[in-house]
Amino acid sequence: MALLDVKDLHVRYGAVEAVRGIDLTIEEGELVALLGANGAGKSSTLNAIVGLAPKSAGTIHFAGKDIGSLATEDLVRLGITLTPEGRRVFGALTVEENLVLGGFPLGRAREARRQNFERMFELFPILAERRSQLAGTLSGGQQQMLAIARSLMMSPKLLLLDEPSLGLAPQIVETIFESIVDMGKAGITILLVEQNVAMSLEVVDRGYVMAAGSVVTSGTAAELESSHLVEQAYLGHE
Amino acid sequence: MDVFIQQTINAISLGGTYALLALGLAIIFSIMGMINFAHGELMTITGYSLMYAGLAGLPFFIAAPLAILVAVAAAVLMERIAFRPVRGGSPAAMLVTSFAVAVILQTLFQNLISTRSKPVILPDILAQSVRFGDLSIGVNQILSISLTLTILIALNWFLKRTVLGIAMRAAAEDFSIARLMGVRANAVIAGAFAISGALAGAAGVLWVAQRASVDPLMGFVPVLKAFIASILGGLGSLTGAVVGGFALGFIEIYLAAYLPESLQPFREAMALGLVILLLLWRPNGLIPAFTIGREKV
Repeated sequence: MALLDVKDLHVRYGAVEAVRGIDLTIEEGELVALLGANGAGKSSTLNAIVGLAPKSAGTIHFAGKDIGSLATEDLVRLGITLTPEGRRVFGALTVEENLVLGGFPLGRAREARRQNFERMFELFPILAERRSQLAGTLSGGQQQMLAIARSLMMSPKLLLLDEPSLGLAPQIVETIFESIVDMGKAGITILLVEQNVAMSLEVVDRGYVMAAGSVVTSGTAAELESSHLVEQAYLGHE
Repeated sequence: MDVFIQQTINAISLGGTYALLALGLAIIFSIMGMINFAHGELMTITGYSLMYAGLAGLPFFIAAPLAILVAVAAAVLMERIAFRPVRGGSPAAMLVTSFAVAVILQTLFQNLISTRSKPVILPDILAQSVRFGDLSIGVNQILSISLTLTILIALNWFLKRTVLGIAMRAAAEDFSIARLMGVRANAVIAGAFAISGALAGAAGVLWVAQRASVDPLMGFVPVLKAFIASILGGLGSLTGAVVGGFALGFIEIYLAAYLPESLQPFREAMALGLVILLLLWRPNGLIPAFTIGREKV
């Protein structure tokens, strides 16, 4: 049984259909990339999976459970979360408060929360240094690390990562991709949306390529690397 | 000098009441993006609760917390019945709904209770004063200042030190992302209304304690003042609401105390004029909210 099984997903914003019937499956422990040009419908797909974008048709199963009609706050408790595009850390909250909130679904499990705190500070030592600083005052790269750490605080089974390298300096991008590999090794299943195709294909097992709201091709990282379909999807050639 | 200290105490007392009200408005605004103009009616409900409790012979120290609890319940019901259906609607829809709730409640008070002002039985001690050297401070003022301080400290502790409080601040900043953290929209909004109800209730008790009467439109003027105070402080900013409330209290009391007799009729106009000047200097308020115009639920 696949961990995530999306069938015939449609997302519609008023008259605009952003996602036009895509199928997507992810097995437990896999790192999968969702690639495609701007406006291909990648972010809409991720947002629809966690219930933040309006799903107009299709089904979404997580670990065999139909989550298509669940509210965001309920389905995250099953172990799915999203690190949103543009980081969206709580700028008026401190680094520590952001992380406390990330662990909110753990409820009263204080011990689990404390352990996760330590793991996050190990994964991103800079966050430990800045723990009482307001998140809004962090640099872009630090905010991205915080956004990822905040998602990991609830110990998710499936992490949806939306454009984690967007607008970051090359060195920071390296750090972020290293952390993605680490998370994969730690057993977290990841669906990664990225503009940086080359780096993504280096770290993931498989990939889907979207164009104009549909999946145009999919395959293993090696297959996608050697084919021209990815380039075509970006450049819009048939 | 004594007069000045006396007036300053009055200003802190009045400003504290405005601060409590403005804080209630700011909490709802920061989370829902809605100005709740029915906030004043929560004060009025508190006033009538005090009146009935007094008639039933309950002592004030029981009647006051009871009246605040009634305001909390009323605020939660208000959200459940009137505001939940329009949640996520346009700001105009929410604003008009809050006006409708205010008018419906005022009409109910007028028809079910009385169109006229009704006396509220208060303990005599409230009218007395305590002497500190040359200074005499009303028990009312002492009650007002200490209650305001206690509430501000408690609320600050709740918002900074409890997970629920942190969740509410996060929801105020970015509701979608807060939901991604498993924060339940209904719980946060109901909690925000409960807190704003408690704040309106406390302000209502203080307001009635000064006047010993309650009428159907009692809440209108103070909530309008609180609205001005929250704009002055920075709409949606909690610290701003408190600062704005106290600032407005000081402006009003000092103008009333020190403006020459001939200018007194223009007192309100001058107070608002000063607010406008302050806003020209700082258009987003004295202490702006961290995120103006972010997505609300």
